[in-house]
Amino acid sequence: MTRLTRSALAALLSSAALFAALPAGAQDTHPETGEALAADQVFTYRLLDNVSSLDPQIVEDVDGSDVVRDLFEGLMNQDAQGNLVPGVATGYEVSDDRKTYTFTLREDAVWSDGEPVTAGDFVYAWRRAADPATASPYQWFVELMSLENAGAIVAGEMAPDQLGVSAPDDRTLEVRLSEPLPYFPQMTTHSTTFPTPQRVIEEHGSEWTRPENIVSNGAYVLTEYSPGERIVRERNEAYWNNAETIIDRVVALVINDENVALTRYLAGELDRTEVPAGQFPRLSQERPDEAISFPRLCNYYYTFNLSESGPEAFKDPRVRKALSLAVDRDIIVNNVKAGGEPPAYTFTPEAVAGFTPPETEMAGMTQAERDEMAKELLAEAGYGPDNPLSFDMIYNTDEAHEKIAVVLSQMWKQKLGVQATLANMEWKVFLDTRGQQDFEMARGAWCGDYNEASTFLDLLDSASGYNDGKYNNPEYDALIEQAKTAEDTTPLYTQAEQIIAEDMPVIPIYHYAGVYMLDSDVGGWPVDNVEQNWYSRELYKKAE
Amino acid sequence: MLSYVIRRLAVAIPTILLLIVACFFLMHLAPGGPFTSERPLPPAVLANIEAQYGLDQPLWKQLWDYLANIVLHFDFGPSFVQKDRSVNDIIANGFPISLTYGGLSFLAATVLGAGLGVLAAIRHNSWIDYGAVSLGIAAQALPNFIMGPILILVFTLWLGLLPGGGWNGGQWQYLVMPVIALATSYIGSIARITRSSMLEVMNSNFIRTARAKGLPERTILWRHAMKPTLMPVVSYLGPVFVYVLTGSVFVDLYFSTGGLGADYVSSALTRDYAVLLGVTILYGTLTVLVNLATDLAYAWLDPRIRY
Repeated sequence: MTRLTRSALAALLSSAALFAALPAGAQDTHPETGEALAADQVFTYRLLDNVSSLDPQIVEDVDGSDVVRDLFEGLMNQDAQGNLVPGVATGYEVSDDRKTYTFTLREDAVWSDGEPVTAGDFVYAWRRAADPATASPYQWFVELMSLENAGAIVAGEMAPDQLGVSAPDDRTLEVRLSEPLPYFPQMTTHSTTFPTPQRVIEEHGSEWTRPENIVSNGAYVLTEYSPGERIVRERNEAYWNNAETIIDRVVALVINDENVALTRYLAGELDRTEVPAGQFPRLSQERPDEAISFPRLCNYYYTFNLSESGPEAFKDPRVRKALSLAVDRDIIVNNVKAGGEPPAYTFTPEAVAGFTPPETEMAGMTQAERDEMAKELLAEAGYGPDNPLSFDMIYNTDEAHEKIAVVLSQMWKQKLGVQATLANMEWKVFLDTRGQQDFEMARGAWCGDYNEASTFLDLLDSASGYNDGKYNNPEYDALIEQAKTAEDTTPLYTQAEQIIAEDMPVIPIYHYAGVYMLDSDVGGWPVDNVEQNWYSRELYKKAE
Repeated sequence: MLSYVIRRLAVAIPTILLLIVACFFLMHLAPGGPFTSERPLPPAVLANIEAQYGLDQPLWKQLWDYLANIVLHFDFGPSFVQKDRSVNDIIANGFPISLTYGGLSFLAATVLGAGLGVLAAIRHNSWIDYGAVSLGIAAQALPNFIMGPILILVFTLWLGLLPGGGWNGGQWQYLVMPVIALATSYIGSIARITRSSMLEVMNSNFIRTARAKGLPERTILWRHAMKPTLMPVVSYLGPVFVYVLTGSVFVDLYFSTGGLGADYVSSALTRDYAVLLGVTILYGTLTVLVNLATDLAYAWLDPRIRY
């Protein structure tokens, strides 16, 4: 064989091999943006820790929910902006009393084993979530959804089949609420409400989520699960909208240490990882196309203990307000966090949908004016050089929390002569201590369960189980109660925020930002979705 | 000998039982529980979950049920935190990983450490000795939490030769850094112990006698000096063996191997009682067995010891 024919043959063979390697239906350009797509559509990202579960009704952590959102699909999905778009349901109708929702399910939705997804699968899943025997940590979510009889079922006083959900036929799901809930449809994007296959769960029990057993209805199927190491999911060919999925394979690697994760990202092993606190300015200079920051639906605050066990000084709103005024939030967001977090003057993050938190009096002042007012208020309350204010503040052990606590205590000391003693605690000890009101001032943070202001404002309701500071203001409670059923919630929420600004039961410090290193090859990351409910099927890898 | 082994094993049972009881009560004494969370569960929900895991029972009853399940079914219960998995499952998944790279580290540390020590001792006060001693001290000063970051920086970020972590079924590329990180400091300490032990043996009367008989140096070294040299090394190796499996917590977390050390730490932090107890029992049993093996090795190394 001559050299020429040999090389011609080799070229022919390799191009044939290349052709064969291309997946059926692979596109070279993105259908909407027209960008050239990479041949290898694999997305690799970092998981902080092992997931709590891959069972939609049981999973409770954010990382686990991200995986479950790829494997399963609920009635509705979110788009890149967080707006509601059809999922398994093509749409829904609401009754006049706004207590009955009727969802219509699409014909072509099937499980990964080929069985159709029916309304009965949703009924089964929702009853399962509420059933005490399932022992789901998200039973409370079913109650929050205000499904008829949910409370009684969770309390064990009623059978799960009494839940306000039924399937008149395979394509129709009827949901009955105990009271109108304006954001109910939003809640159907949450993993607790995803359908689950009864036949598979009954056959395999708690082992049904293993790769060899699992049957799911989302854009991906689980193909590998090595606990503590990696979770691999691959394109589900049976998914009704599979034609539009671009990423073929999603690899989630468990990396506990965020600095190791960053190193591995820089070495090219990952497409996405979180940026450790304080490193964003450097990284955004070195890799401006990859370091991204965008607002998230979470707040960071310190709460006063206003219960019986709290210090007498904090019962005076002037003291609380003085301490809040003296906090220079710009220093914390610019020099400590340095990840593009917005400073917080309201409890509800500005990123929330459907409500713009009001500009409070404090937000409009300069820091010098705030400091001046803080001194006056504290003096009025009777604290000064001859009667110095001192208290303890607790936070859970973490480098970033410690830095912030130190900065806060220094600001108070230098500006107001206040002595704050810091104490850090291991996470569970911290939660236990804070939950039992065994503290004077404690760190707090909250991420919205759904994109509506009440997920934050409810926290300060005197009846809320999450109100660790035991703030109790009947006027505030009444506003929150009214907002549950109001047509227009904005004036009520605005008023509630004004009360918080005046009464200052908590000191809002900053609102979270999602601070990531995201490979510039990755397209479609929903930076505008403040809940960061992302779907791998909407991502794509651009050709380099 | 056999009766000695049986006697030792019989003593091990109450030892481990005591360990379980102590660990059980200590763990319940720690504030918070597996279901304490930032979003405190409503009382009814918490009650349902606690009932599911038997946490609503009095402590003594929980302990009794736990022990009965182990003895009757060899079932260490479900994990309270990783809700799709049982403790048996978690151990079956993580322990082989820990054992693989822990065992390799142990082997590397023993062979390299003892080799370095012997070499230094037989070339006493030569440049080889000084070199080996310096190397040993340097290695000993590099615990795994220092080695880990250095290795990743060099081999992953700068050279791009090795993956920065993971396991991937235990392929060799994934094993290199965990093994080096874990073995390095032990190589140093084993080398130092071997060297000083060998120097002592080489200066003892029976070696002088052997030399006087005109035996070749090689025979003296291997037939006469080796076994007594290894006595202190073996007593050090016993605990090291358990350490490389339990002390691999850092390596597990840093290199994301998926080994048992990571589960051990996270179970303590998340109050995953069942996993914490299960892993403690495993490590406790292992310690008891390794101690027994060490004692048996003494008898082989030193004919004066009889059981």
